[in-house]
Amino acid sequence: MSDIAILADDLRKTFKDVVAVDHISLAVPRGSVLGLLGVNGAGKTTMVRMLTTVLKPTSGKGLVNGFDVMHQQQAVRRSIGLAGQFAAVDENLTGRENLVLVGRLNHLAKAVARTRAAELLDQFRLTDAADRPVRTYSGGMRRRLDLGAALVTHPPILFLDEPTTGLDPSSRLDLWGVIEGLVSDGTTVLLTTQYLEEADRLADNIVVIDGGLVVAEGTAKQLKSRLGDTVIEFEFHSPADAARAADVLGSVTSAGTIVRVVMSEGPETLRQALDRLSAASLVPGHVALREPTLDDVFLTLTGSNSGDPS
Amino acid sequence: MSSTAPSFPAISTKPGVGLAWAVRDTQAMMWRNLTMLRRVPQLLVFAIVQPLIFVFMFRYVFGGAISSVPGVPYVDYLMPGIFVQTVTFGAINTAVGLAEDKNKGLLERLKSLPMSRSAVLGGRVLADATRDIVIVVLMLTIGFLVGFHTHTSVPKVIGGVALMVLFGFAICWIFAVIGLSVSNGEAAQAAAFPLLAPLTFASNAFVPTKSMPHWLAYWADRQPLSITVRGVRALMLGTEPTSYVWGSIIWSLAITAVLAPIAVRRFRNS
Ligand SMILES: Nc1ncnc2c1ncn2[C@@H]1O[C@H](COP(=O)(O)OP(=O)(O)O)[C@@H](O)[C@H]1O
Ligand SMILES: [Mg+2]
Repeated sequence: MSDIAILADDLRKTFKDVVAVDHISLAVPRGSVLGLLGVNGAGKTTMVRMLTTVLKPTSGKGLVNGFDVMHQQQAVRRSIGLAGQFAAVDENLTGRENLVLVGRLNHLAKAVARTRAAELLDQFRLTDAADRPVRTYSGGMRRRLDLGAALVTHPPILFLDEPTTGLDPSSRLDLWGVIEGLVSDGTTVLLTTQYLEEADRLADNIVVIDGGLVVAEGTAKQLKSRLGDTVIEFEFHSPADAARAADVLGSVTSAGTIVRVVMSEGPETLRQALDRLSAASLVPGHVALREPTLDDVFLTLTGSNSGDPS
Repeated sequence: MSSTAPSFPAISTKPGVGLAWAVRDTQAMMWRNLTMLRRVPQLLVFAIVQPLIFVFMFRYVFGGAISSVPGVPYVDYLMPGIFVQTVTFGAINTAVGLAEDKNKGLLERLKSLPMSRSAVLGGRVLADATRDIVIVVLMLTIGFLVGFHTHTSVPKVIGGVALMVLFGFAICWIFAVIGLSVSNGEAAQAAAFPLLAPLTFASNAFVPTKSMPHWLAYWADRQPLSITVRGVRALMLGTEPTSYVWGSIIWSLAITAVLAPIAVRRFRNS
């Protein structure tokens, strides 16, 4: 029995001339959680689609639960649950009907599908709303139902594509709790996210991708130690000053008139930076301290802005 | 590696996608697609508003001015055209339904399930054909209320209904391709009209083609909707040769044979 639940070996997917996933390899040990972290358009959804047999890879190999995603699709499908980027539930069916339908399409007997639906509704605190059309559900309820639909067959492997994007903070916390519960039951999870915080909280290992390529991987701790805890942002009056400052400060990145320094040695970093700037008689117009964001991961890892600042 | 197959102590997931599973999956999808019809039957009223307007316009507004319809009262000539137009427009449902399922991520979920691949499209198209039958029966009733008479036997009239539902089924495959090619329901709706207008209006559905300019009549006489309308008239009125019945069946089968595989390929690759 292989102890790798999900394996991607040099997966690639192109759509005509768009390269969605360039070359990505990753491995998820059984019972662990992998966070696939990247901005919009990085290739996260395409990765999930290839590994869940929704899309055929252009090249490369994927193994899920030991089965080949290209040649043993049915076996892969019986091993997984997928909760896609948008809650894929039917608005006109009730919550219960949605779960029974997914059970039936998983080829469960009718009675088993019903029992399982009731269990899941209970588990996700949807029993009161069970017989209302999903149209009347809140965003958080839909996500919970969608997650329930992915769990109908007790799959040993779960794919969650941006499970909390678009949720308010309290629904997000709520869903994190649910996912942590699943993980403690031994389910292997591959989840994608745009939020470092989410990957930090849920994932054992993180793979950062950008432009369809892996740009970093490691535990949350390892990645954050590369980032430092806080970023200092110096803003200058002209791009020329900013460029000079970037030069003087070394190992930093600049975007327009802003120069960022990772505070790897705490306040000492700030003191040194200010010293060097004044030695070069550069005066920043504005200084700010920021907690690291996903954008800083990219600044540090790829040396460029992610392109889409939103 | 075969030893890594998961075991579900409480729930058995049976392997294989045999024909029996394909039928059951298709039924499940049909049931799902017909939910709105079961739950809110009033929606059917909206589905027949547009054909009702056509009945009113052609029967009562233009009807008097339209003379020289061969052999039968104008209302008898008109109603088969209205029926066929109704099932043809009904196919928009297929495009909108599939585009919305794609847009909402439902197709992605369905593709990740161990269900039969053909059940998603099959369930959609069969549900829409079922809806067509309900709507045609409603329209037939309305036809009788406004003075429509059939001139043949009951089996032939039922044959006429079957002929137009088969045609509607074929058109659904065209619309399945459209639905899978656009990004949402509104786009599907917008893409539908330019296709439907030349089929329904440039036809013999409402008026004989001989009053049309030559180039238009050429198209209107030969296109599949006109042939189906003539086939339905043959079966319900007996005013046309039965060769049009066969002509319509061949068109419907040919459209299905060409478009269904394209739709299936679109579904797999989208
Ligand atoms: N079906 C498709 N056709 C064309 N381009 C696509 C398609 N799906 C994704 N892409 C492109 O591939 C890239 C990666 O997309 P995606 O995997 O959805 O990224 P993410 O989920 O990380 O936001 C994007 O540039 C996107 O526009
Ligand atoms: Mg995505």
